[in-house]
Amino acid sequence: MSDYLISEQARGPSVGEVAPQSVDFPSLSLDSGERLEPVTIAYETYGELNEERSNAVLIAHALSGDAHAAGYHQGDDRPGWWETMIGPGKGFDTDRFFVICSNVIGGCKGSTGPISISPATGTEYGLGFPVVTVGDMVRAQKLLVDHLGIERLLSVSGGSMGGMQALQWTVAYPEAVASCIPIAATAKHSPMQIAFNEVGRLAIMSDPKWNNGDYYGGPAPDSGLAVARMIGHITYLSDESMRAKFGRRLRDKETVGYDFTMDFEVESYLRHQGEVFTRRFDANTYLYVTKALDYFDLSGGHGPLEEAFRDLPADMRFLVIAFSSDWLYPPYQSKHIVRALKGNGIDCSYLEMRSSYGHDAFLLENKDLTRMVWHFLETTAKQWGVRLG
Amino acid sequence: MDRPPDEEESTLRRDYQFIVDSIPEGVRVLDLGCGEGTLLRMLVDRKKVRGTGIEIVEERVYEAVTKGLTVHHGDFYEGLAYYPDDSFDYVVLSQTLQQAQDTVAVLSEALRVGRFVVASFPNFAHWKARLQLLCTGRAPVTRALPYQWYDTPNVHSLSIKDFEAFAHHQGIQIVAHCYFTRWGRARFWPNLRAGYGVFVLARKGAVFGCRAVE
Repeated sequence: MSDYLISEQARGPSVGEVAPQSVDFPSLSLDSGERLEPVTIAYETYGELNEERSNAVLIAHALSGDAHAAGYHQGDDRPGWWETMIGPGKGFDTDRFFVICSNVIGGCKGSTGPISISPATGTEYGLGFPVVTVGDMVRAQKLLVDHLGIERLLSVSGGSMGGMQALQWTVAYPEAVASCIPIAATAKHSPMQIAFNEVGRLAIMSDPKWNNGDYYGGPAPDSGLAVARMIGHITYLSDESMRAKFGRRLRDKETVGYDFTMDFEVESYLRHQGEVFTRRFDANTYLYVTKALDYFDLSGGHGPLEEAFRDLPADMRFLVIAFSSDWLYPPYQSKHIVRALKGNGIDCSYLEMRSSYGHDAFLLENKDLTRMVWHFLETTAKQWGVRLG
Repeated sequence: MDRPPDEEESTLRRDYQFIVDSIPEGVRVLDLGCGEGTLLRMLVDRKKVRGTGIEIVEERVYEAVTKGLTVHHGDFYEGLAYYPDDSFDYVVLSQTLQQAQDTVAVLSEALRVGRFVVASFPNFAHWKARLQLLCTGRAPVTRALPYQWYDTPNVHSLSIKDFEAFAHHQGIQIVAHCYFTRWGRARFWPNLRAGYGVFVLARKGAVFGCRAVE
């Protein structure tokens, strides 16, 4: 997902100032067979949990996201990454729901990851951090949800990798989830998605400063990470949105330079995006999280996807959303999920939203997306007899 | 798919009423071309059905989801293919049969995923349409066929007799039928007098306890 500066007006009402929180757990077992001991989960919450603890909605973030999904940290004028969707009267309506978002394990924004100190060595994990999966990320979130005393989430949702975690929740903890809204997601990473991630990883690992992941305390592999981000960023946009945004406009010059300095606006934009990213993101985390994405296959790599959904309770509801111009997570991947759900008789709505913004469409202000999520949650709350604030 | 605006069409209301009356309580219903979900919402509210719709027009899908309904955004053929056999008790094609390009494929798929199909369509052989064609020599525009030739969503022009012959030829059982004029049911000369026909269909040789609908 990209960073977007959305106008004050388009953001609408906000949850206001929010504070990051965190909780420690003694250990977390991982799909690889290893254990993380101890493990910290960074999270934020918005809105009020009702007395029955039945109005909780978990939001999962995408590759470069974090727990700061909405509102403002003290002294910061930049809101959380899904400010357009989370807040009073918004899609995830904080006047009615208790919204939780946590940083994934393997992340670099407060939850245990490669930049955390390993108790075994007393230094940063670096590549000593065990490889984690989307299943592990969700297992960590379950610890948090249990810690908050929530037996069943009214909904789990997210875009891109967030949508994959949401899907994983329904399969891993079917009794702890009433509904799921996967947006611009997939049930398994495609060869093309893996390919882009691998190029990103190689960009990082080819940077001499990466030093086999051991760069903390020294210069970081910023140029490698920036290139990885630039590749990623291209895949989040669309041909149409790039033509509209940049055209063939030149950057600070009247004619092309006949050299290898920057000529085009789009080049300058990408370099800027790459550079900004290195200031807020860790290169090793990029390796770990993209690996988790590539390993993701809800069917477990064997048998049809239908099998994965076989044990879902009949009253679970889904709202699967794809965007027409998303070529990174194309609508066919969402339809694959829908087909497997319908094959199991699961209540599932599917929307293919017309948008020219590519994969990033889920992050942008979108009245239809807001309205659909709001009403889907309303219907789900009614079905489960949830008392809303 | 396009349906004439509800408020103008008392005939269509009767068509909805007949469909609602035909469908038992608590069954599983798929509404093909559910539009904004008016009929499906009626079925959920009055018959407590477990309802799902398929609709291709994005804005209509939004309206239907806003009504609290479950809808698949996409075309019939693909949407139907997602369902295993006998996923539904009833598949409804209200004013959509004449708009589906491949009638044979849609009906056979509908009868695969549903035990019964309820299909309604405007009768092209209604006397007003016949009279207009005969007297003015132009494509008829009537209450049941409110479109001009250039903006009609209907890709097939069929009469009640046409449909009966088609069902016979395809080996589809007509379990029940009902024909409507503007004022009520057309109990005689339906192919001349009725603006709409509604049929309840089943697979040939299907064994079921048939409800008396008419």
